[in-house]
Amino acid sequence: MKAKNNSDNKGMSLIVKTVTRIFVGLILLYGIYIVLHGHVSPGGGFAGGFIIALSYILFMLAFGKEEILKRIPERMISILESLGVIMFLVIALLGFSGGYFFYNWLPKGMPFKLLSAGTIPISNVALALLEVSLGLFGIFLVLVLLKFAPKKDLEKDEE
Amino acid sequence: MLTYFLCLILFCVGLYAIVRKRNIIKIIIGIIICEYAVNLFLALFAYKMNGRSPIYSPRQEIVNMVDPLPQALALTSIVIGLATTALLVGIAIRIYEKYGTFDITKINRLKG
Amino acid sequence: MLEINFLLIFIILGALVAINVKDLLSAVVAVGASGLGLCITFLMLKAPDLAITQLVVEILCLAILIRATARDDLPFSTSGRWLFNTVATCLFLAVFLYAGYQALKNLPVFGSPVMRVSEFFLNEASQKTHATNLVSAINLNFRAYDTLGEATVLFAAAIGVMSVMRKKARKKLGEKDEG
Repeated sequence: MKAKNNSDNKGMSLIVKTVTRIFVGLILLYGIYIVLHGHVSPGGGFAGGFIIALSYILFMLAFGKEEILKRIPERMISILESLGVIMFLVIALLGFSGGYFFYNWLPKGMPFKLLSAGTIPISNVALALLEVSLGLFGIFLVLVLLKFAPKKDLEKDEE
Repeated sequence: MLTYFLCLILFCVGLYAIVRKRNIIKIIIGIIICEYAVNLFLALFAYKMNGRSPIYSPRQEIVNMVDPLPQALALTSIVIGLATTALLVGIAIRIYEKYGTFDITKINRLKG
Repeated sequence: MLEINFLLIFIILGALVAINVKDLLSAVVAVGASGLGLCITFLMLKAPDLAITQLVVEILCLAILIRATARDDLPFSTSGRWLFNTVATCLFLAVFLYAGYQALKNLPVFGSPVMRVSEFFLNEASQKTHATNLVSAINLNFRAYDTLGEATVLFAAAIGVMSVMRKKARKKLGEKDEG
C-alpha cells in the first residue's frame, strides 16, 4: 500500500506499472532457469545472468530510480560481484583435493539430469552472479552520472 | 571465401568509424562494430556444412557437430565487449561533463 | 549458404547507416538493428549459446548507449582538412583490405573447419564431464583458465566503472570545501 502511494507520482503510467509488476517475476524466473540448466541446454551463466539483470532494468524503467536504489543498494552489488569471483576461485582451488587446479571434484551423475556434470552448474551460478552485478553496474553508471548532467548544461548556457 | 570477405568488410566499416569520425559516441559505435566482426568471424570459422549444434540430445545420436571451441571463445568475447562498452560510455559522459562537447578536436583545444 | 551472405550484407548496411547518419539516436538504433541481425546469423551458424548471449547483451548495450546519447549535441563539424583525412583513411583501408584478402586465401574453405583440437572435445568431453552442452563443458571445465581470465577482466571493468562513479563524490567534497 505504501509503495503504491509512493510510486504513483514517479515513473511511468499505471498500465505500465501493473504489467511490469506481473512480468518482472516471470523474467527473473526465466533467467534463473537458464542459469541452472546451462549444462544440459543452450544458455548458461553468461546469458542467464544478463537476463536477471534485465529484469531489474525493466523494474527501474517502470518505477523510477529511487525504488530500485532502495531495494538494491550499491554496496550489495559490489558484495555480489566479489561473491561471484570468490566462489569461482574456491571451486577451482578445491580441485586440488583431486590433483590439480580446476579438477572436477564433485560426483558427475547421470547425463541429461539437472544434478550432473560435477562443478559445472556451480560455476554457472558463480558466473551468473558476476554478470548480474556487471549489468547492474552498467545501469547504475548511466543512472548516477546522468543526474548531474543537466546542471552542467545550464551552466554552459549561462556562460 | 565470399563470406569471410564480407566479414572483413564489416570490420573495415568499424575501423573507418574509429579512424575518421570525431564524435566520441561514433567512435564507440565503431568499436562495437569491430567487436561484431570479430565474434562473427569466430562463429563463421566454426561452421561445418550441414552441421548440428554442439548439444547432445537424449533421444537421438547427433553426428556432424560444428566446432564448439571457437564458440566458447566468442562467448567470453561478447561479455567482455559489453564491459568495455560500459566503461567507454562512462568515460565519454565524464568528458562531456568536463568539456561540454563530444568532439575530440575541441577537447584538445580546450586543454591547451 | 546464401542466407548467411544476405544477412551479412544486412549487417554491413546497418553499420554503414550507423556511422553515416547525423542524429546520434538514429545511429544507436541502427547499431541495434545490426546486432539483432548478428544474433540471427549466430542462430543460422548453429551457435544457440552465442545467439542468446548476443541478444541479451545487445539490449543492455542499447539501453546504456541510448541513455548516453539522449541530449542535443551537434555531432558533425567539418573543418578544412576534410578531403585529406578522407583520402588518407580510404587509402589505409584499401591497403588493409588487400592484405586481409591475401591472408584469407590461406584459410580453409567456408564450411569445412580444421577441428584438430576439437576432435578431442567432440569425442571425449561428454564422457569426461557428463555435461551435454559442449560449449558449457569447454568453457567451465576444459578451458576454465579462459573463464578465470575473463572474470578478472570483468572485475577490472567493474572497478573502473566504480572509480568513474567515485570521482563525482570526490568532486562534490571539493566543491564543498571551496564553498
